[in-house]
Amino acid sequence: MHEMSLAESVVQIAEDTARQNGGSRISSVFLEVGRLAGVEIEALRFCFDAASRSSLAEGAELVIERPDGRAWCMPCGETVSLSGLADPCPRCGSHQLQVTGGNELKVREIAIH
Amino acid sequence: MCTTCGCGTDHVHIDGVGHPLARAAQAPLTGVERFAAVPIAGSGETDSSFGRIGVHAHGTPAARIVQVERDLLAANDSWARLNRDHFAATGTLCLNLVSSPGSGKTTLLVRTVAEIATRRPVSVIEGDQQTSNDADRIRATGVPAVQVNTGRGCHLEAPMVAKALEALPLAGGGVLFVENVGNLVCPALFDLGEAHKVAILSVTEGEDKPLKYPDMFRAADLVLLNKTDLLPFLDFDVDLCEANARRVNPSVEVLRVSARSGEGFDAWLAWIERRVAALHPAADAGRGEARP
Repeated sequence: MHEMSLAESVVQIAEDTARQNGGSRISSVFLEVGRLAGVEIEALRFCFDAASRSSLAEGAELVIERPDGRAWCMPCGETVSLSGLADPCPRCGSHQLQVTGGNELKVREIAIH
Repeated sequence: MCTTCGCGTDHVHIDGVGHPLARAAQAPLTGVERFAAVPIAGSGETDSSFGRIGVHAHGTPAARIVQVERDLLAANDSWARLNRDHFAATGTLCLNLVSSPGSGKTTLLVRTVAEIATRRPVSVIEGDQQTSNDADRIRATGVPAVQVNTGRGCHLEAPMVAKALEALPLAGGGVLFVENVGNLVCPALFDLGEAHKVAILSVTEGEDKPLKYPDMFRAADLVLLNKTDLLPFLDFDVDLCEANARRVNPSVEVLRVSARSGEGFDAWLAWIERRVAALHPAADAGRGEARP
């Protein structure tokens, strides 16, 4: 359940940004959470509700973009899609994979008032 | 705090060795300490690696969209960099030990630090939700240890380690072990500034654990398969377990050990010594080669 830590971090980043830009309320928070980032989205949403209470982000809508997993397959010599970290290359079955996408974990933007 | 599983990070306590931190039991780490960037000395500014925040307005007139582009782990990572700098300055090898509860991590650590203490400085940071039992076990060997109680938190974070280091002076050329909270999921994501994550898996667990918890086994550089003294009584397939670990992480090293019998400890201690030596290449070269 590291989602609580991540949710607290989302609230802190959103509040800091809102204050630096003269906002007094945050209505939306746009996140990028890759499909290989090891984050349970429902847990993150639940924790965000708890962590944002009494903050500028209380009641804010959480919009989450989920980039697909991608990896560089060494035997194939090209980028392939990957749905799980333990999965083999969908083309050749090799596990010699270097993850190149899908592990994003960031706040992209916020809407303030 | 999460009301589903009780997990949360609002009650972190760090015990000192001999001299407790001024902010001990009553004062958990605040959000500012855990989630703010590390201040740059003298400048009054925070780490600029977060990038400048650009503002542009679009959408409804009432709302402004502000670009942030900040990594959720950026604050943790800036603390981790600070810890890493501290380890580099003191010539310390830091290893982050991760496993599920009950893998024999503390028993393995007690035997390991007792062996290493005969040749170089060694110290330990213990992470658990509650109790100082593990730090007490380490201190009983004469090795300095600081207990971090994470309260409801399920993993250690870099600022907790930074705080614990205030109570744990590092002697040059030593080894620092950080025993993370027993959990094969959450600690994978949090860099503490360590040189390597070492995952410990005991043979009383399933061979498929690396496949069930791939994040952790992908983050680890070494897997210690512990409790091998119990293998005669089990159906555990060691080769299959190793193959599963390599499926998730092709470059991972695997060593078979028993903290009870000491089997495999020579290889484990040699692994550590090689990493310590790599931190001090000049000293090593000086010893290894006769200079004209």
